[in-house]
Amino acid sequence: MPEETAQTRTIAVDMVARVEGEGALRVTVKGETVQDVELRIFEPPRFFEAFLRGRHYEEVPDIVARICGICPVAYQMSAVHALEQIFGFRVEGAIRDLRRLLYCGEWIESHALHVYLLQAPDFLGYDSAISMAKDHATLVTRGLRLKKAGNAIMTLLGGRSVHPVSVKVGGFSRVPLRRELEALKDELLWARDAAVETVRWVADFEYPDFAPDYNYVALRHPDEYPFNEGQIVASSGLQISVSEFEQHFIEHQVAYSNALHCKLRGSSYFVGPLARLNLNQDHLTPWARQVLADRRIELPLRNPFQGIIARSIEILYALEESLQLIERYEPPPLSAAPITVRSGIGMACTEAPRGILYHRYEVDGDGVIRDVKIVPPTSQNQSRIEQDLRLFMPRLLRLPDKEAALGCERVIRCYDPCISCATHFLNLEIRRESA
Amino acid sequence: MRNPDERQRPRLAVVKFASCDGCQLSILNLEEDLLALGRMLDIAYFPEASSDMRPGPYDIALVEGSITTAEDAHRILALREQAKVLITIGACATAGGIQSLRNWADVESFKRAVYPSPEYIQSLSTSTPISEHVHVDFELWGCPIDKDQLLRVIIDLVADVQPRLPADSVCLECKRRGNVCVLVAKGLPCLGPVTRTGCGAICPGMGRDCYGCFGPSEGARKGPGLPPNTTSLARHFHSELQLIPIEVMRRFRGINGYVSPFRAESDIWEKKP
Ligand code: SF4
Ligand code: SF4
Repeated sequence: MPEETAQTRTIAVDMVARVEGEGALRVTVKGETVQDVELRIFEPPRFFEAFLRGRHYEEVPDIVARICGICPVAYQMSAVHALEQIFGFRVEGAIRDLRRLLYCGEWIESHALHVYLLQAPDFLGYDSAISMAKDHATLVTRGLRLKKAGNAIMTLLGGRSVHPVSVKVGGFSRVPLRRELEALKDELLWARDAAVETVRWVADFEYPDFAPDYNYVALRHPDEYPFNEGQIVASSGLQISVSEFEQHFIEHQVAYSNALHCKLRGSSYFVGPLARLNLNQDHLTPWARQVLADRRIELPLRNPFQGIIARSIEILYALEESLQLIERYEPPPLSAAPITVRSGIGMACTEAPRGILYHRYEVDGDGVIRDVKIVPPTSQNQSRIEQDLRLFMPRLLRLPDKEAALGCERVIRCYDPCISCATHFLNLEIRRESA
Repeated sequence: MRNPDERQRPRLAVVKFASCDGCQLSILNLEEDLLALGRMLDIAYFPEASSDMRPGPYDIALVEGSITTAEDAHRILALREQAKVLITIGACATAGGIQSLRNWADVESFKRAVYPSPEYIQSLSTSTPISEHVHVDFELWGCPIDKDQLLRVIIDLVADVQPRLPADSVCLECKRRGNVCVLVAKGLPCLGPVTRTGCGAICPGMGRDCYGCFGPSEGARKGPGLPPNTTSLARHFHSELQLIPIEVMRRFRGINGYVSPFRAESDIWEKKP
């Protein structure tokens, strides 16, 4: 750590808002050069991987959901898929469709939250969506109703939108009736139009000119936009199966953070909607394609601030997909298939709203968990965020402290970091030293 | 611009400790009522939703999350001084939450299981509810809380009415909703008979057993304020549903495992051969 000198200036902002969880940022600057960027995650560790040991596999979906209230379905999906791999079971047909539909609900809810409530206030110059609502009531109401449409899917399939209760290994505790799903249709049709408007709206925002060279990483499936299944691919050319994840992606601990840093062969990489969209654009649905063409949005998108565009496109995609899934739904004969317990190790990766989420479980012959590893998207993006800050910082240095701090926060918010998954208590500290 | 009425509106703070953010999300899930809440109260501090963060004192402080670090144990004392009415929201803040499972374990070994360099990690060996540190005025149970229950309590407080929260069991809610009893009909180890109502009996409605996410109900037989009859339910799980002692222990040691009647019951079954 650099010595404090008489010329060192420390700028501290108590909290970076509108992100999920608690963290701090320290930037050390010498003259005009950025020396060190440390994103420190203070969110107290909650030790899920440790106390899952000794629990029965059937309890896992209820427990892992509590890692994150914003994306519980992602945790449940990675978990049940990994466990099903151990038991030699694959979900198919209507159950597989319902899992996709539930995931659509989560993407819509989580993305709408981020687009309208967390990130848009940055572009329009407000502290919050609540203050934004005073001047832009229609906009904010549209965002809230979109989010509600996602929640409605989750509530129907899962009993409630935060920590749904119906997901289990082998299927669901209850599957919906056809007419229950059909009852969602009118609202989803409204939401699809609102999603088109959302893409048009965010496409016109003013974006800072910033396009680092990223290595995007996402799942890729031969026939569909990825949720639950696929290979892991990267723009660098990597193409591996999920079971090879730990051979390529290594977690490191850094002294200043409670979240582990994950690197791909020693380098930082980028996961999340932008990565997914760039690597899977050929699987977009007709409306999503159309609105991209209308707005002359060319893929790949290289500007992290345009993650808001990717998120909006994915809301639209998820709505089109939901409508199709509902259209072809025939209730399955059983809500869940019987499972034969056996010992083994299983891995699965699914696309959480913020990017790939890897789980590995080791289970004994009684179905009791022996070991667990969970790699959330935020710990994967963490070192990429630091690198972006390093690159973006020079243009903030001339600004007064307060604005410089705000600029950093904006960069961080592009990633929609979920610090609870990996923490809103972000102290920003800029240390300036003379050259 | 702050409108002149702002000074009269009660000031709200939403503060987070160790948690998953799900209860705060339940506030954002109020959807159109969220904007109404924004008009009714002056949201002075709510970092998850707003970068406009103003210091106390606050009329109402909603607290999410449990206390797991020495720093947080200090932070809650300071918040208590700033808050006229302090309400815990959710199982983490009210009962220590799922992360209190560490209270039965050796946290040093947990750190070693999760982190290569455990010495960097600052964490207490326990996860404790807010009420173990400061006086709490109201407790909202649930993992997550029920957003309508939250809204009700806030409206009551603003209107100067003493809030009343139901404390009877999920079973009664099941009967009102006409659910088929999963304990009797399916032989599932449902915690509904000893769990507090408030969720709308979601799990039995979805064809599965309740796992106690709203915490212990207050005894139907023994009367309000007294614990539910966990003993007889645990015995039923063991002798009728054939759960072995460790399975009975795990039933009670879940989302609200650290709260007294559930904790005591799980400890009894842990010791059984
Ligand atoms: S009580 Fe449950 S939903 Fe609420 S913060 Fe804790 S874990 Fe999340
Ligand atoms: S039925 Fe029980 S576990 Fe399910 S939501 Fe209600 S209180 Fe929670």
